[in-house]
Amino acid sequence: MDLFEYQARDLFEAHGIPVLPAQVARTPEDARSAAKAIGGRVVIKAQVKTGGRGKAGGVKVAENSDEAFEKASAILGMDIKGHRVNAVMVAQAAPIDSEYYLAILLDRAQRSFLVMASVSGGMDIEEVAHKTPEKLAKVLVDPLKGIDQAQALAIATQANFPTDIRESVATVLLNLWKCFVAEDATLVEINPLVKTNDGKIIALDGKVTFDDNAIFRHSDHEALVDHDAADPLEALAKEKDLNYVKLDGEVGIIGNGAGLVMSTLDVVAYAGEKFGGVKPANFLDIGGGASAQVMADGLSIILGDKDVKSVFVNVFGGITSCDAVANGILQALEILGPKAAKPIVVRLDGNNVVEGRRILNEAAHPLIQQLDTMDGAASRAAELASSASGVAK
Amino acid sequence: MAIFLTANSRVLVHGMTGSEGSKHTKRMLASGTKVVGGVTPGKGGQVVDFDGLAIPVFNSASEAVAATKADTSVIFVPAKFTKAAVIDAVDAEVGLIVVITEGVPVHDTTEFFAYAQKSGKSRLIGPNCPGLISPGKSNVGIIPADITGPGPIGLVSKSGTLTYQMMYELRDIGFSTAVGIGGDPVVGTTHIDCLRAFQDDPDTKAIVMIGEIGGDAEERAAAFIKEYVTKPVVGYVAGFTAPEGKTMGHAGAIVSGSSGTAAAKRDALEAVGVRVGVTPSESAQLLRSILGK
Repeated sequence: MDLFEYQARDLFEAHGIPVLPAQVARTPEDARSAAKAIGGRVVIKAQVKTGGRGKAGGVKVAENSDEAFEKASAILGMDIKGHRVNAVMVAQAAPIDSEYYLAILLDRAQRSFLVMASVSGGMDIEEVAHKTPEKLAKVLVDPLKGIDQAQALAIATQANFPTDIRESVATVLLNLWKCFVAEDATLVEINPLVKTNDGKIIALDGKVTFDDNAIFRHSDHEALVDHDAADPLEALAKEKDLNYVKLDGEVGIIGNGAGLVMSTLDVVAYAGEKFGGVKPANFLDIGGGASAQVMADGLSIILGDKDVKSVFVNVFGGITSCDAVANGILQALEILGPKAAKPIVVRLDGNNVVEGRRILNEAAHPLIQQLDTMDGAASRAAELASSASGVAK
Repeated sequence: MAIFLTANSRVLVHGMTGSEGSKHTKRMLASGTKVVGGVTPGKGGQVVDFDGLAIPVFNSASEAVAATKADTSVIFVPAKFTKAAVIDAVDAEVGLIVVITEGVPVHDTTEFFAYAQKSGKSRLIGPNCPGLISPGKSNVGIIPADITGPGPIGLVSKSGTLTYQMMYELRDIGFSTAVGIGGDPVVGTTHIDCLRAFQDDPDTKAIVMIGEIGGDAEERAAAFIKEYVTKPVVGYVAGFTAPEGKTMGHAGAIVSGSSGTAAAKRDALEAVGVRVGVTPSESAQLLRSILGK
């Protein structure tokens, strides 16, 4: 889960990292009172989980609370790269002397944690890393030892932070490390970390990503989830504990196992090229169990997607046995009744496949077509979606 | 021969007294695996009966190893206890530790991977993986043993069901070992580790490598193939249709910006002479043509 800037700011503050006074506002009126409370010049910043908001006009300076109202009115509701702005952060303006960069992240390739620090902050750090790699210090952290003040200071030195601020940058880094560990983050980034004209070190903007697998030990993280952003079908799937991602095609997909479902999407898109370019409508992994109820929940979400014209159920029975899946599909259709009105192509293979196929053949359900291979079934599902949407072949 | 897992592997099941652990112990035993003990803290001294075969339960891996000479651990305990279970097995100097559990926090994995590395005694596979099978010899994890038998193909994959699918496609030829390394951002054994082992295994004649979106493990594997692997390798990559910024089921399967895309992985593999199929069955066909079968 990625946090909004204002959430990252609050998290940093809670972990002793210096930040500016700021408040989140969801209406222009709120922005006005926030500006009044903070006092003086403020910056109104669009809260979206994407980069380039400055260029898009999502960051504006306001001299007073009336201006804050105006600027917030202009920014709220904006669309920045497909993200609607539902909130702004109203933050005290600070006179900036220098901009730096500080981050700790999971390094997948090294299977460890990595600190990145640079005195060239503010801009796109990937560009700094690419064009002037010598300006970006990268230091691997021993996951069993972590970071202490001495090591934080050594990193600040290696990154060439000016001597007069090295100690305070090291303290920020140490607290950032504590935040990274305590919150089970996979990324904590301060960009820019600034020195103000009066010599203070402040985290001006931040990015934080939490590890969703660790949610069981962070009940407070649940409150940070952005429910506005979720697609309604994705939200419904989440309620049912289903692993679902909405895509923009016409062929609904249900399968078992993340890899096989990803592969199914590709095979359907590939087959769809021959049928007017139909595409997969979603990712849905029903996992190992594939009980009738899970199948019914999955089918009901997919059939509730108005863009779906056909459904492809692709199951390889590993531990799950195909007869249980076949019965699950039939019971799911019974549960759904007339709500199920789109053709369903089923491909079963693996554990107890003969019995599974026999059950579906005998049921002779008018909506179900069985095919023996994944490629063949994908092609049929694409063909059905294409003829139902009236796309020319 | 096979890699990592042989007919002589002596296996401990961590969490054998739980429902998943006992279900899969039964399946592993049925496929010929030498399961010699279970580990459940607090339940040491119990004995679990598997169709007439009594398997002792120990409080710790160290006790279990002392009593049974086990050299392999398979971990089925819930995510929040996984780190402790792995550390227990590493402390007991178990040589192969296979973590089936999904949903393990990546901070825990990073820590217990570093711990295993530091010990220098234990190879870790997983977490969030189906385990590995050397057909006809031993089976550790949840891969169905009845898909196919022994043969000349080595398989490495992040995904469980794609492993099964590929084994099924090539069931008439058979496998030396199939390893599911898992789809998490940090895994104990990588594509490269498996490629190296298959290259060095005299019984493996050809290799299938299945990748998926996220990270750059496949790109690094491609560089390794160029430098080290002389046996034929066929590839498959899943996730061409995955949009940016959406996690596709596996915690590690996410495209961010231009990094981690399926196309980049395919291109990297093809650039070093690996033939990559558009679908799993096309990859299987490519392998058949290489083996002349």
